[in-house]
Amino acid sequence: MSEALDRPLPPGNDPWTVLRAATRARVALGRAGDALPTARELEFRAAHAAARDAVHQPLDPDAVRAALPGRELLEVHSAAPDRATYLQRPDLGRQLAEGTALPRTDADLAVVVADGLSPRAVHEHAAGLVTALLERLPGWHVAPLVLAHQARVALGDAVGQALGARAVVVLIGERPGLSSADSLGVYLTWDPRPGRVDSERNCVSNVRPPHGLSYAQAADTVAALLGAARELGASGVALKDEGPALTAG
Amino acid sequence: MSARRGTVGGHTFEFPTLVELLARATPLRSGDVLAGCAAESAAERVAAQEVLADLPLATFLDEQVVGYDEDDVTRLVLDTHDAAAFAPVASLTVGEFRDRLLAWAAAGDEASISALAPGLTPEMVAATSKLMRNADLVAVGRRTRVVTGLRSTIGLPGTLASRLQPNHPTDDPLGVTASIVDGLLQGSGDAVIGINPATDSPARTVALLELVDAVIERYGIPTQSCVLAHVTTTLRALEQGAPVDLVFQSVAGTQEANRGFGVTLDLLAEARAGALALGRGTVGDNVTYFETGQGSALSAGAHLGVGGRPVDQQTLEARAYGVARHYAPLLVNTVVGFIGPEYLYDGKQVLRAGLEDHFCGKLLGLPMGVDVCYTNHAEVDGDDTDSLMLLLGAAGCSFLIAVPGSDDVMLHYQSLSFTDVLTARQVLGLRPAPEFEAWLARMDLLDDAGRVRELAPDAPAARALLAAASA
Repeated sequence: MSEALDRPLPPGNDPWTVLRAATRARVALGRAGDALPTARELEFRAAHAAARDAVHQPLDPDAVRAALPGRELLEVHSAAPDRATYLQRPDLGRQLAEGTALPRTDADLAVVVADGLSPRAVHEHAAGLVTALLERLPGWHVAPLVLAHQARVALGDAVGQALGARAVVVLIGERPGLSSADSLGVYLTWDPRPGRVDSERNCVSNVRPPHGLSYAQAADTVAALLGAARELGASGVALKDEGPALTAG
Repeated sequence: MSARRGTVGGHTFEFPTLVELLARATPLRSGDVLAGCAAESAAERVAAQEVLADLPLATFLDEQVVGYDEDDVTRLVLDTHDAAAFAPVASLTVGEFRDRLLAWAAAGDEASISALAPGLTPEMVAATSKLMRNADLVAVGRRTRVVTGLRSTIGLPGTLASRLQPNHPTDDPLGVTASIVDGLLQGSGDAVIGINPATDSPARTVALLELVDAVIERYGIPTQSCVLAHVTTTLRALEQGAPVDLVFQSVAGTQEANRGFGVTLDLLAEARAGALALGRGTVGDNVTYFETGQGSALSAGAHLGVGGRPVDQQTLEARAYGVARHYAPLLVNTVVGFIGPEYLYDGKQVLRAGLEDHFCGKLLGLPMGVDVCYTNHAEVDGDDTDSLMLLLGAAGCSFLIAVPGSDDVMLHYQSLSFTDVLTARQVLGLRPAPEFEAWLARMDLLDDAGRVRELAPDAPAARALLAAASA
């Protein structure tokens, strides 16, 4: 750095060109007095609006069903009755609504598609990822898909247990950022039951083609993790240490 | 001890211990509802406040919220309590103490308020804040003087400093430099140039420390750097001879929550001694920096007090200040909207919490700043952060955190922008730290009125910084 600091700037260049290219941070926005110029201010608001809408858009079961023709799809709700409660009570988002009934399947795997903090991510990416994942699990007995409303990751534990599945994969909308409102995360838990903790799960995040992971990349990683979890009879921290091929993206 | 009772609107409410009393008296916030300790009605809340108002302040020296035997934060607070400093208010109730503080504040008696700090405990201060309205918190905060220094002086009357936070998702040196230059050109960075590293490794920390140190050295900037790595990582950097100005650590209000952060009180003392030994200060020797935030103990499941009762998050936050003040910090800030809507749901709750944290920290003797911020799933936006920023400026807040264009591209949340800090200074007639202001003038970055110039990218002053950075 100290060498770089002493080098003169070539004349005639916009001095910000090099620096702007090195970061997505909102640098050199200019000023209107001591505030941001209107155009920059509105750019920021647009990004925030997209993130807000991604959080509050309701999950549309018909759209998910239409994108997965021929797949049986069950619907469940968490114990959080509405979005405001969901956002303030993560504990309720981890429990099934009272009276929820799911068929016992004794499947190898349950797949839960959960709205999480970005229903938009589910609308845009869940069908593509589910399809890619199931293609990679030919020998697995997979329970009917479950679509979960107002759900946190750990709701998958209750769903997996109720279905009698040996493992659960939860596809869930991640907390939207200003530049990524549609990112899907995948959480794998072996032997799901309420009380599992985060260190007992494996995660693949930022599934969001074309900017983040592709469906194929994510599905490859999750399928490999599932295979290794079946060998080990466990998921989580122990599994992650098995080798570079299993590194979550 | 017997339960305390209060009656409002014909209903009598019972508060078995201080833990419930403090929790029920707390203005509504989602984190206390989540923890199961919030008042169940508006009437119960006011009843608790009435009981609290009549409670002698000295009660908090005898009756604990988190047990003395189980918790080293409680032991630290009580074992270092200064009875002489407490004497002027020792006979008051919590309600009388609130009144006394407001009277001193109205009279501009900073000396009387500021001298109390070693005699106050976090629980006393938290209890008092629960009886205050937002304007009370501003009025007293503004008259509580805490001045610290290393290479710039923080907390002088009429000043508002800022932390320049140039985070980058991969710690790219040029990307970090771009944000540093952007902030300096807009008059930010007098509190610290402080980076949250994307990866907490000694090698990365040393590289970032050397980068910022080179910028500070090259331009003779009277400020300090910090890489907000874990304290054990900073200890390793110190062993390697890195230019460490400030030792950083997140701290919380219970021993258990601090264990969750991987810190002990001894570890903090060791790191502070290491930084102090480098003697890098010019105007002072405050070498630590702490961050806190309401909800951190609950999120770690470490929020229980005596008898396993959930303690409200604002009292626990004040206890974190009881930890921080033991290490003579240069800077402390609460990160007030970062943790999410399950702790502070909306703009009203975030605003209230920011003012409470500033008040409690200041009264306990801390150089209190605030990261005025929000996430996208909270009911908060730029209007809410504007309001809190301006109220904090009026409250004499020591420093605010600022990032390029309000968008932290590494931590994925929104904080204040560099221009926001300019707005707060201009609206409220506040100035940067004096050493930093003199530097801005030397760099020709101020106009005749002392305002940070609006520079074209090719203005000579801008080119000087940019040329060096982008080469």
